[in-house]
Amino acid sequence: MGLDDIFTASVFASAIRLATPYIFAALGETFAQRSGVLNLGVDGIMLMGAFTGFYAVFSAQQAGAMSEPVSLVFGVLVALIIGALMGLAMAFVSVTLKAKQGISGIGVYLFGLGLSELLFQQWVGTPKSVSGFPRLNFPVLTDLPVLGEILFHHNLLVYVAFALVPISAYVLNNTTFGLMIRAVGQNPEAADAMGVNVTRVRYATTTIGGMLAGLAGASLSIALINLFQQNLTAGQGFIAVALVYFGGWRPWAVAAGALLFSFVNALQLQIKVIGADIPSEFAVMAPYVITIIALVFAAKRQEQPTALTRPYERGE
Amino acid sequence: MAEAAKIASSLLPTGHQRINQLEMVGIVKRFPGVLAADKIDFNVKAGEIHALLGENGAGKSTLMKMLYGLYHPDEGQIRINGVKTIIRSPQDAIQRGIGMIHQHFMLVPSLTVAENIALGMKSSRGLRLDLDVVSRRVLELSEIYNLKVDPGLPIWQLAVGEQQRVEILRALYKGAALLILDEPTAVLTPQEVDGLFRILKQLADDGHGLVFISHKLHEVLEISHRVTVLRDGRRVNSIPTSEATRPKLAEMMVGRPVLLEYEKNPPDPREQRLALEGVSALSNRGTVGLDGVSLSLRGGEIVGVAGVSGNGQQELAQCISGLRQVTAGSVEVDGIDVTNAHPSKLHAIGLSYIPEERMIDGVIKEFSVAENYVLQDHAHPKFTTARIFMLFHKIREACRQAIDAFEIKTPSTETLVKSLSGGNIQKLVLARELSRDPGVLIAAQPTRGVDIGATEYIHQRLLQERDKGTAILLISEDLDEIRALSDRIAVMYEGQIVGEVENKDVDIEQLGLLMTGGG
Ligand SMILES: Nc1ncnc2c1ncn2[C@@H]1O[C@H](COP(=O)(O)OP(=O)(O)O)[C@@H](O)[C@H]1O
Ligand SMILES: [Mg+2]
Repeated sequence: MGLDDIFTASVFASAIRLATPYIFAALGETFAQRSGVLNLGVDGIMLMGAFTGFYAVFSAQQAGAMSEPVSLVFGVLVALIIGALMGLAMAFVSVTLKAKQGISGIGVYLFGLGLSELLFQQWVGTPKSVSGFPRLNFPVLTDLPVLGEILFHHNLLVYVAFALVPISAYVLNNTTFGLMIRAVGQNPEAADAMGVNVTRVRYATTTIGGMLAGLAGASLSIALINLFQQNLTAGQGFIAVALVYFGGWRPWAVAAGALLFSFVNALQLQIKVIGADIPSEFAVMAPYVITIIALVFAAKRQEQPTALTRPYERGE
Repeated sequence: MAEAAKIASSLLPTGHQRINQLEMVGIVKRFPGVLAADKIDFNVKAGEIHALLGENGAGKSTLMKMLYGLYHPDEGQIRINGVKTIIRSPQDAIQRGIGMIHQHFMLVPSLTVAENIALGMKSSRGLRLDLDVVSRRVLELSEIYNLKVDPGLPIWQLAVGEQQRVEILRALYKGAALLILDEPTAVLTPQEVDGLFRILKQLADDGHGLVFISHKLHEVLEISHRVTVLRDGRRVNSIPTSEATRPKLAEMMVGRPVLLEYEKNPPDPREQRLALEGVSALSNRGTVGLDGVSLSLRGGEIVGVAGVSGNGQQELAQCISGLRQVTAGSVEVDGIDVTNAHPSKLHAIGLSYIPEERMIDGVIKEFSVAENYVLQDHAHPKFTTARIFMLFHKIREACRQAIDAFEIKTPSTETLVKSLSGGNIQKLVLARELSRDPGVLIAAQPTRGVDIGATEYIHQRLLQERDKGTAILLISEDLDEIRALSDRIAVMYEGQIVGEVENKDVDIEQLGLLMTGGG
């Protein structure tokens, strides 16, 4: 057994696929955190997005009411809307009611965990699969040796996730909205004095974060795994939050972190498949351990939103 | 163009409309438990610098925040050029030509100058930022007003004086015809203050109206045309500055005649009590905080440590009082080596410390006055049985005596410290630190944010201690305070002592030069 057996094209391809939910969720969380809202409820929102997206597709396909592509778009829309609603709830609690963000985030998580499981038990019962987003084939490109498999044979949501990276970076760095987000996260008093509506900006970013978390969940349940079961995400939302710190609040670096994490994860799976004699527990732990180590050594950055977790009060 | 013609035209050099007259009439503002503005009348005209003078908590900031739309008056009206106006938000104020430069700068440190200015404004490219356009206009304006800044630099790289210029530029950029400056000199060196005053005069000459908030008498006398004095939320009087004098203004501010210059006994220095030899330490950011500081202090003298904020003063106080690791050099108190000694040992040998951040390091806000009074001595035999069981009646008794002796205004010994005013909290800290009859007293910013009345009292008390033979190290950013109390003055710059002079031989210009490293 050599390195060739471990670093195969399929490992790289699966790293890219596995990175998809992390990229969605972590980019969304980047927006929220950049504006000063730490949403620890990402995982709960992902679960709700995963379940509702799945359930929408499942029932549409069962009833035969829609063609398959339409049912998938419908599922994505439902996940986005549910994600947005949960993001709004988080914003209401932490921005309007000014609750402690750490605690309210955990609340959102537990709510999503519990409700998605309850609804799943009530409406579906046992894990059932749907036909999810199919893998795309591009003329010529998909047939390229090695690269074809790694880059050009994924489902649509994978490409959407990666396309969102430059878009997010552009929005944050080159638009008036992005400037407001950065200002609100660093010095809300100053932003307020300059006529920026702090509340509105934070609602917007937390809602965007919720939508992307919902989409992250759906990318699991209707594009990558194509089924739902209880606690489908298994803590991926929390890893996404860690990745935001890891990437120093910059979309490109956050995405790079997601890729790195997923790559270690894919390797770990591969090692198990080829049966290397490393205890599998260690292999499973590896990505998390590496993430923690990287977080400890991640330098404190200028981009760090200094007002993170701090509710803004004008004091009147 | 002739001066007269310039004033007469209704446009400012920025091309914006002037505000010929702005009036506030019968303004009332209540906060829970506080009447911050009680039927205040105030007005400011184009071309005028109107000073708003008052103690901390008098209501100056509150009054002006109502002009800027941050607060809303409960009663009364605001009229701009005679027209009744309701200012709902800062955005609203900006649109009407009102700009405000806050006590704490309202800049985002990680953003560039141009980004800070573009914040909250419409971009000429819709959703996309137009930082190049903004930068060009900033350069134009900085040309007109002689306010040099580089629009591409991030704020955290700028000196405080430069940050203030950015604030002023931003207000002008947004079309401010009336500019409110809330204690703009608090953070500046004397040279920077001169620069600011030149800018303010030019702005007034160009037809801007200016409100200059301050609690420093000499600044008000130097820069303003008119002065309005506030006290406890009420307007005491408005007079032309030409009719004002220091004692008259001080009396209006405090409500009784105040001593502005202290009678000082001639110094009577005794044996050496505190000696620092080449002391170095890191700052909070891990950079060099103190760089080989040597200093000696004798009983019966006050040595003032002057300097612009952040040049090692805080590290110096902390190194002496055992709160920061000394990385090189030594600290001795009464000949005993106390380098990196635990604060409790320092207390035991008679060192007292009045910390700069009194609300964080000086008291526990949620504790009562009595509890704070015995924070250090809570296990002292006189307050305990067997050093374990606290004798609260004795503690209260001692505290009551201190309250009387130090004229601390508090309803009772059981009142929570957080509900006292800054001046009274500082008196409590002073009472506690002096109760142990220290041989060495480190006083860091002892009167920052403290009203004139309490400041006067604290100063008198420090001078008394000096005459009793205590060695006092007075660390202060307030040059007036340093000048009024010190026998010798050491000036700090970038973690070093760059000059040590006899107070009587030095003038403020020289000190200012030393403080900026130009000595
Ligand atoms: N947001 C607020 N909430 C409650 N009380 C306030 C608030 N702002 C100011 N005050 C109170 O109003 C009074 C005037 O404060 P301020 O206007 O800041 O005084 P100044 O600027 O003259 O030092 C003080 O007693 C202060 O405690
Ligand atoms: Mg004020």
